[in-house]
Amino acid sequence: MTTNVAPAGGQHKTDVVIIGAGPIALFAVFELGLLDLKAHLVDILDRAGGQCAELYPEKPIYDIPGIVEVTGQGLTDRLMDQIKPFGPTFHFSQMAESLEKAGDGWRVTTDAGTQIEARVVVIAAGGGSFTPKKPPIPGIEAYENESVFYAVRKMDRFRDKVVVIAGGGDSALDWTLNLQPIAKKLLLVHHRDGFRASPDSVNKMRALVADRKMEFHIASIKALHGANQKLEGLTLSNKERGDYRVDAEMLLPFFGLTMKLGPVANFGIGLHENLIPVDTEKFETSTKSIFAIGDINTYPGKLKLILSGFHEGALMAQQAFRYCRPDEKLRFQYTTSSSSLQKKLGVA
Amino acid sequence: MKLIVTDREGQVHTLEGREDWSAMEVIRDANLPLAAECGGACACATCHVYVDDEWLAKLPEQQQQEIEMLDFGVAVQENSRLSCQIKMTDELDGLKVTLAPESL
Repeated sequence: MTTNVAPAGGQHKTDVVIIGAGPIALFAVFELGLLDLKAHLVDILDRAGGQCAELYPEKPIYDIPGIVEVTGQGLTDRLMDQIKPFGPTFHFSQMAESLEKAGDGWRVTTDAGTQIEARVVVIAAGGGSFTPKKPPIPGIEAYENESVFYAVRKMDRFRDKVVVIAGGGDSALDWTLNLQPIAKKLLLVHHRDGFRASPDSVNKMRALVADRKMEFHIASIKALHGANQKLEGLTLSNKERGDYRVDAEMLLPFFGLTMKLGPVANFGIGLHENLIPVDTEKFETSTKSIFAIGDINTYPGKLKLILSGFHEGALMAQQAFRYCRPDEKLRFQYTTSSSSLQKKLGVA
Repeated sequence: MKLIVTDREGQVHTLEGREDWSAMEVIRDANLPLAAECGGACACATCHVYVDDEWLAKLPEQQQQEIEMLDFGVAVQENSRLSCQIKMTDELDGLKVTLAPESL
């Protein structure tokens, strides 16, 4: 068995669809796999690992039982190895957009048009979907998708335009270098004369500024000016110049990602303060055969720990089996002693 | 020790700080709306606060990690700090901060 990454837009049938591909979702694949249940996972990121991959890939974690120290990426890599025997299918860079009844089970549709039918749904979405941070500049939403973008999908859109890029990370610097040759004019705006980006990109940007091929403003964006979604200018502000205006037709803010609950809020499972209440026997929501595990659930005594999520996944899998295989007897076994489990794991 | 926090509606909350806790932990413990998504690892910039000018110089100097992480803060100002990187001490008794605006 191998781990599969499915192209967007397909139609699939499986036992369990898991929303999220963080550590808790990955270990759930293992627990489901021991019970011969197949899983598909949907995640908005382009890779597995969730917060471990996005927020702290390099940071050490010290509270995984039996592992003295492991980084977020290291834990992700180990879990991916561990679930390989069960051949999970991943749907990356997609957001689970809707959930509806389909026969005995459910159909999850993503924003890329992928449809997955499964008897059981497991929401392991952590703090929600990672989405671009939007700077709280008054009125910015009115310009979105016309003059303000949080990602570059078609570079051509920025050709011969006055483009302002805001931010100081790698995305801000990379897109500065990529768009500078085709933009009419390019301005990079950042609050300090320093960057959290590859030194090579920073040097290239500074060279362009020295050659007067672009501008770098150490400033903050105070206001947007324009009409009918079309941006015409920005008010920038800094200590030296106070408030001043620059021309701008396009604004690309790059401030990294933040977690938003997103469409899960509309799935019809009673939310409590943006968390999903579950029982502590099966970690099932108020809707039968929809489960919630990991940081996104809540119950008396809940601790947002990876180890708690692992436990929740193990108990969830037991009940998922009863839904998916109603005519079969659930046999509880240990990997240490069961030759049938060892066969599934490819070690027997 | 006190930590005085102005929320995004302008309401002022006087919180009891605890030695060795970060300002972020004190604010979150009081259930004020602070995302602090990464839980204090200096990896997300969602515990962003503005520090009152009178207190700015009294804070321990920013580490490079915090300076760089603030590149991913929204609405960053001269007095911006990440509250997970401010450790409460007796010297900071009465520290005043304001919750910075969040991502829309």
